[in-house]
Amino acid sequence: MSAWLAVEGLGLTEGGTRIIDDVSLHLAAQRTVVLGPNGAGKSTLLRLIHGLLHPSVGELHWPQALTQAMVFQRPVMLRTTALANVIYGLKLKCYTATECDRRARQALARVGLEALAKRPARLLSGGEQQRVALARAWALEPELLILDEPTASLDPASSREVERIIGDIAAAGARILMTTHNLGQARRLAQEIVFIDSGRIAEQAPVAEFFHAPRTDAAKRFLEDETP
Amino acid sequence: MHEFNEPLVTAWQLVAGADAHLAGIVFLSLSISLTATLIACVLGMPIGALLAVGRFPGRRVLIVLFNGLMGLPPVVVGLLVYLLLSRAGPLGQFGLLFSPTAMVIAQAVLVTPIVAALTRQVIADEWKEYREQLRSLGASRSRAAATLLWDGRFSLSTAALAGFGRAIAEVGAVMIVGGNIDGVTRVMTTTIALETSKGDLPLALALGAILIAVVLSINAAAYALRGWAERHWG
Repeated sequence: MSAWLAVEGLGLTEGGTRIIDDVSLHLAAQRTVVLGPNGAGKSTLLRLIHGLLHPSVGELHWPQALTQAMVFQRPVMLRTTALANVIYGLKLKCYTATECDRRARQALARVGLEALAKRPARLLSGGEQQRVALARAWALEPELLILDEPTASLDPASSREVERIIGDIAAAGARILMTTHNLGQARRLAQEIVFIDSGRIAEQAPVAEFFHAPRTDAAKRFLEDETP
Repeated sequence: MHEFNEPLVTAWQLVAGADAHLAGIVFLSLSISLTATLIACVLGMPIGALLAVGRFPGRRVLIVLFNGLMGLPPVVVGLLVYLLLSRAGPLGQFGLLFSPTAMVIAQAVLVTPIVAALTRQVIADEWKEYREQLRSLGASRSRAAATLLWDGRFSLSTAALAGFGRAIAEVGAVMIVGGNIDGVTRVMTTTIALETSKGDLPLALALGAILIAVVLSINAAAYALRGWAERHWG
């Protein structure tokens, strides 16, 4: 499997602190989960890859340009209906009004929210808002979907539903790159784990290998600390 | 006590009797200040949003400038607009001085910085929350500014309201550029100033009461609108 993204010597320094430190990485798996302790730089790495942040040094090589979408920990909903929130993302991609509406309704149906399409988005529950955010991302039919702790602030039932949707998006062909604090979720969703510690890549391994036989002490400690 | 009561009674009779002279003054006041506020919103809100979201040289200077201009003294604005519109001034050929149009211009100049500065504050707070999501979706900065203006429409009613409050209550600018001509450019505040100095308190008191009632009821309406918006849109 050839890499869809090669990261070369990536670094980000802010206020004298190295948040990302000389990261080189080949991402080839369709579903990659980035793990690591709080403050390790997981979210920052995702933002650098998505282009929300610009690296101080290093480069990203995309063998072929991929269309991307990103879902954040806290869903950001505009003060309008759930449907209009999904349409907003589509309109920025220059689809016609009827095409936007059709795609948005289809995306909402895929996340199981067609019944709530006309409801004000900000009055939905946290889990429902995150599903609207997933629909907004999915409607764009991204080749790469980046998710930053998409279930961190959700209850277990909502988390499972979000996880189910991420699985469906992957099954539809999108590459998935995400972070999570939920190790069970990482096991279920990932093919490959990237373990990052203090802004550096400590380990990159297939999911089974990482959980059964982590090679680095940092990863061993992390798994011990995080396993209930 | 008698001297204080009598003007009050007469004032009440003027209001209750819907005195035509009084109604004309109130109507002129409202139409001038509402028009000026509308112009200030059309100009000031996009300026405020671009100051919040944009990245261009001189942005910080402009932010300080607009914040500072919030406290612009009305008489100074009146004087400047007077100079602009006076016969020898650059806009003198239009013959606008001492007309309601001149008063609208003066109040719009006075209120635009207030609307712009308050809008910038509202949009800057929203931008913090929305920034990454909007950029991720590929919204340009000007598109983001437009999105946030619409999204913050209920919060921005406060900015418009502050502008209107300033316009309807000021006396210096409209006095200078309007000239306080009876039946033409006489508004509530200029009438109150004039009648009080003449010692005719009933009309002044009646107008003062109406002015306060107008400001209070518009504030109450805006408060109700925001409460409704909070419940319906979150």
